[in-house]
Amino acid sequence: MLELAVKGDKKYWSWVVALLAVIGGAFLIYLWQLKFGLGITGMSRDVSWGFYIANFTYLVGVAAGGVMVVLPYYLHDYKAYGRITVLGEFLAIGAIVMCLLFIIVDLGQPMRILNVWLYPTPHSVLFWDTIVLNGYLFLNIVVGWNVLEAERNNVHYQAWLKPFIYISIPWAVSIHTVTAYLYCGLPGRGFWLTAILAPRFLASAFAAGPALLILLCLFVRKVSRFDPGREQIQSLAKTVAYAICINVFFFLCEVFVAFYSNIPEHMDHLKYLFAGLHGHGLLVPWMWASLILMVVGIIMTVTPLTRKNETTLACACVAIIVGTWIDKGLGMISGGFVPNPLHQVNEYAPTLPEIGITIGVYAAGALVLTILYKIAVGVKEEVRA
Amino acid sequence: MDSSRRSVLKFFGLTALGLASRPVFNAFATEHGHSAMHFEKGAKALKAKQWAMVIDTRKFESADELEPIIEACNKAHNIPQFENKNHEIKWIWETEYHNAFPQSPNRFLSEEAEQRPYLVLCNHCENPPCCRACPTQATFKRESDGIVIMDFHRCIGCRFCMAACPFGSRSFNFRDPRPFIPELNKDYPTRMKGVVEKCNFCAERLAKGLEPACVEASEGAIVFGDLYDPESEVRKLLRENYTIRRKQSLGTEPCVYYIV
Repeated sequence: MLELAVKGDKKYWSWVVALLAVIGGAFLIYLWQLKFGLGITGMSRDVSWGFYIANFTYLVGVAAGGVMVVLPYYLHDYKAYGRITVLGEFLAIGAIVMCLLFIIVDLGQPMRILNVWLYPTPHSVLFWDTIVLNGYLFLNIVVGWNVLEAERNNVHYQAWLKPFIYISIPWAVSIHTVTAYLYCGLPGRGFWLTAILAPRFLASAFAAGPALLILLCLFVRKVSRFDPGREQIQSLAKTVAYAICINVFFFLCEVFVAFYSNIPEHMDHLKYLFAGLHGHGLLVPWMWASLILMVVGIIMTVTPLTRKNETTLACACVAIIVGTWIDKGLGMISGGFVPNPLHQVNEYAPTLPEIGITIGVYAAGALVLTILYKIAVGVKEEVRA
Repeated sequence: MDSSRRSVLKFFGLTALGLASRPVFNAFATEHGHSAMHFEKGAKALKAKQWAMVIDTRKFESADELEPIIEACNKAHNIPQFENKNHEIKWIWETEYHNAFPQSPNRFLSEEAEQRPYLVLCNHCENPPCCRACPTQATFKRESDGIVIMDFHRCIGCRFCMAACPFGSRSFNFRDPRPFIPELNKDYPTRMKGVVEKCNFCAERLAKGLEPACVEASEGAIVFGDLYDPESEVRKLLRENYTIRRKQSLGTEPCVYYIV
């Protein structure tokens, strides 16, 4: 099927070349980081994880979100999703590729990365995270590719795929659960030390992932002869509506517990994010923007009028994607590190090179996604022709 | 035919040679890799079940008095001095009461106790969360004496241990530290960029029968000894004085005690 990826018009190729150029530029910055060290980023002794790990966390959610089409189709036999499951699976592949790249660019000694498997350490959550992420990547490649190929050949997919499909469903939940456990099992980090962190991560994942999928479906319909379908998009929109409501609800639960219990260690991080602490409040406007965007997303996806209109739905999806990205990408990681364990406030902001490398990783993910979607859409067009 | 047999023999010969030489290479590898970090314990080495420290904060009045103690550590361990605060490396440093003990900043404390400078360092916890977090066992609790120690050669620089430490005791080499070491001490290795480091209770000095550098420089204000030896000086001080530890409620069991 790979041949479908090299048969494109001028627009397709310019897009691919543009992505390659961005990746190339970012790679040069990465070489600089490799030479100098992570000192070219905004990270510090106090905020020792920054933009890379934050985007990693967000994209694990996008990857897990793919399961929101896989589950109804394979478990509930919701036939309509048959048209777009492969789009969900391929989105997951693109997202996981970015996750793995973010982990690599965040390492101080990336050439030693295999130490994680040379010295397997079951008591480290990071060890398990590498297993679930790589496993999920493998499952989606195997399932997505073979099901698409079967569709192209007009046959039912192979029977041996069934167990892989069923395993991939809880596996999707596991990737974001384990990623949340990276944070919520650490003593002395009050902001993360909450049992609701994994469910909250999943809620935001099931909002952001399908929201992105809706935008991709609308885009595919616009640029190709394959229509993912109105019913499919509307069903996804309902998933997004539920998930974003639950996400904001979980957040409010956090706020209640922190402030009603009145325990300083739990309150201080939220205070820092939403009001500023000891005169430091770099993230305050961002956090409020995030909350407003998520509330706007709720209103627009819950109201039938704006949900059924695909233009307003697209706007709602953008609001939700940006809102959850700020929440997880900017607030969640910095918020947990500020104030530091000695209760001092040292703020973090990403530097330009750091943002450049981040954009490069996103471009690499976009390239993988472009190629995979080109293939998927090519097959769909062929089958329907 | 002949030439091919010769080449096969050559191949097996070289393979055998390769396999036979492996132990030799291993020996070399250890020489230059691991044992650079592993300090052989001498006959005079100090031993304990779990090393612990008692800091008598009453003996310090101003930050100036802590200066030589911190300096002794910096010198002994080739700690670089950076201008950029983000890149800072600290093994032992001075802080205020409410920063050292953020969970129990008693109000209306005696002014003298509140103004006092406090030394903070790795607590060498009995249940270290950093060792639990490390995905490569590059940081681990040494079974022989309970020191939480680092293998700088194995660390991949993921910084999970820094997130896991509730005391902010760990530092990361955000850039090559070597040009920023004021005075090189050849008895202790320098680090490279991209790895985490922290206080090691002077494992390299204990192996030679010496007390930690900070203890030596403190002129009696810091006492070091075996927590599980009832006769040790540490235990004597714990028996005779009211002591506190940092963030006790987290259950990590810090091994640095403070007489306040």
